[in-house]
Amino acid sequence: MAAVFRTCAHTGLKVHNQAERLIKVHAVAGVLSILFGGIAALLVLLTRWPAVHLLDPTNYYRALTFHGMNMLIFWIIFFEIAILYFAGPILLGSRVAWPRIGWVGFALMAAGSILIDVAILQGGADVMFTSYVPMRAVSHFYLGWILFAVGALLGVCNFFATLVVARAERTYEGSISLVTFGGATAAIIALVTLAHGAIIYIPTWLWSMGYVQNIDAGMYRLVFWGLGHPSQQINVTAMVAVWYLLATLTVGAIPVNEKVCRTAFLLYILFINLASAHHLLVDPQLSPAWKVWNTSYGMYLAVLASMVHGMTVPASVEVAQRRKGLSKGLFEWLAKAPWGNPSFAALVLSITLFGFMGGITGVTFGAEQVNIISHNTLRIPGHFHSTVVAGTTLAFMGLTYYVVPLIWRRAVVWPRLATFQAYAFGLGIMIFAGGMTTAGSYAVPRRHWDVQFANSIFQPPVEPAAYLFLGVMGIGGLLAVLGGALYVVITVVSVFFGKRIPDVAGAVPLAAVPQDTGKHTPISGTLVLVFVFLAAFIIYYFLNWKWLSDIWLVK
Amino acid sequence: MSIQTLKGVWWKKVDPSEKVWLGIALLWCLILFAMMPLWHLKGGQNPSFETYRTTAAMFQAKVDALVQKAKVGEEKGIPVIAPDPKEDVYMLGRLWQWSPVLKLKKGQTYRLHLSSMDLVHGFSLFPLNLNFMVLPGYDYVLTITPTTSGEFYVVCNEFCGIGHHTMVGKILVE
Ligand code: HEM
Ligand SMILES: [Cu+2]
Ligand SMILES: [Cu+2]
Repeated sequence: MAAVFRTCAHTGLKVHNQAERLIKVHAVAGVLSILFGGIAALLVLLTRWPAVHLLDPTNYYRALTFHGMNMLIFWIIFFEIAILYFAGPILLGSRVAWPRIGWVGFALMAAGSILIDVAILQGGADVMFTSYVPMRAVSHFYLGWILFAVGALLGVCNFFATLVVARAERTYEGSISLVTFGGATAAIIALVTLAHGAIIYIPTWLWSMGYVQNIDAGMYRLVFWGLGHPSQQINVTAMVAVWYLLATLTVGAIPVNEKVCRTAFLLYILFINLASAHHLLVDPQLSPAWKVWNTSYGMYLAVLASMVHGMTVPASVEVAQRRKGLSKGLFEWLAKAPWGNPSFAALVLSITLFGFMGGITGVTFGAEQVNIISHNTLRIPGHFHSTVVAGTTLAFMGLTYYVVPLIWRRAVVWPRLATFQAYAFGLGIMIFAGGMTTAGSYAVPRRHWDVQFANSIFQPPVEPAAYLFLGVMGIGGLLAVLGGALYVVITVVSVFFGKRIPDVAGAVPLAAVPQDTGKHTPISGTLVLVFVFLAAFIIYYFLNWKWLSDIWLVK
Repeated sequence: MSIQTLKGVWWKKVDPSEKVWLGIALLWCLILFAMMPLWHLKGGQNPSFETYRTTAAMFQAKVDALVQKAKVGEEKGIPVIAPDPKEDVYMLGRLWQWSPVLKLKKGQTYRLHLSSMDLVHGFSLFPLNLNFMVLPGYDYVLTITPTTSGEFYVVCNEFCGIGHHTMVGKILVE
């Protein structure tokens, strides 16, 4: 069967029809997942907000399990596989190596996610997405995980096979693009991760059916986080690749130095913490020496990589803008950026919130000793809603506003509402995560139905300030839920009812890449911004050591 | 241009302004690392090196022996013990209770053993915010010195089933 291609009128890229269809189904599954996860988010939010305290305990723990699975696993991974079908075949002008395998992979992922959601809604898996043994769920919950992981693995392999095919069939000249390169690093990390998933879930599945007697709780946590932690690094890597992509589409960005950007991607592969130490810093099964080494490999080079991208992405925007003549002072390039473009708004908020909130809190709480004053409190979900939600999810939302016109060839309905959507979601999550993280610093636990301990034998007094910040969390969360709901509505309505876009160049406005003037373009505005970032980082980091030194002595 | 393939030589020399940031960021990452070993040497709050394998039955026996010896009362059906700092102190977590209640002296150092009888639990000293994991099969020994007095609580902060939010214990310091 010969591959069928079309040439995109707007980008000039050669598009294999199978790649396009695979992108569509994965994106649809992703949007459905964020819809399910979002409904659960609202319910969980309204329960954690003491002024409302909506659900009863059983339904809260069930909704929380459902939220974690549908958001962190299904929404994110479906969307990431869609990105791989774009970064591989489309950016290289190649055919998809194994279209059939692509469909089998999708079917497995879909089946796995349905099995898991059914298990949770049946009440058979109130175990959180982490399902720490010896807490037990029904066996089809674990089977669902295995199917989903194998399906995703097939998608990833298909990407690698496509790279090989593209090279063999000489569909491109030179070196693969930066976005494809970023996609490839994400895919390599995904291989490691999904292998861990299989290693831990196969015995756990057998155990859930009684074929295996005992699984050690400490070993489970170690191997599980071998899956869980690097999979967060996939999210970071995929997000950064999307940053470069969005910067190109929205302002015609020009990376200052491709060598620097690519080396930083490589650091993610080499130094992600394979051993998943930072979830286990206060666990008994591992020694502090192991923890300190494995959480940092002596120099935190994965953190360095993010700090590099945090500079190179804005710098690529600055260079492009200055070459367009917007070069007055430090910040004209930024002030006159396309702030009304929803994808640009999503890009800026994603970079800023990921860096200033998610990154700083993550590295700080991931220091072995500081973890003592953060582990399993609301500081942790506060941290990761700033990374995987304000960072990754928002970047993916921004990308959607290009996927709809370029892949579905439909115009985004209500573009101004889309702009509002990006800001509402970003600012909402910012307020939500800020409130949550701060409430956590008063020791308010995560995954906990009763902030007031009204039903327990002892009633510890809770700081009034904690309630205040839980209220801030509630209000920010509502704004974020509104933003999330608008995202689903705008996307679905556009795909079904958006105006068809004619196949003529310019029908989808894409930023032109400004000409190289041959002159050196300064990146002084970006440098100021990154040093502000560093100052915030240093202050927050050492404040936490100060707070740590105020508690009891422990060793 | 991040979406086009690159032709020709693209591995150019790094711009000085980028180099500045690379250098400073690397330096900062090294400081981030150095803080952890340094705090083990100089700081007062560190995860413990001391853990043993155990079983629910073995650990329960130790708790029972300690309660027999050091029991000074009862609170809401849970024994209250006032242990001698020279002896090892045991606290167990089970669905959905921490036992016993401890009466400690400010400024004294205790070897506190933690373990779980069933699922994974989380030991969170409330409202001080000092958190450690409690796993079945592991005896986690924390050498602690209370530096403040008053009533403290042990909140379970790892999800352990439907009664998780009711799992609260107590530590008194005088
Ligand atoms: C509309 C925006 C969202 C709101 C208002 C929201 C709200 C919440 C709340 C209130 C919790 C419960 C914390 C607790 O009780 O321990 C939670 C947990 C969580 N959320 Fe979200 N969330 C949102 C979006 C997302 C997204 C997009 C993702 C992933 C991409 C995500 C991933 C998670 C995860 C992994 C957990 C932890 C579940 C667990 O502890 O097992 N959330 N969220
Ligand atoms: Cu518990
Ligand atoms: Cu619990």
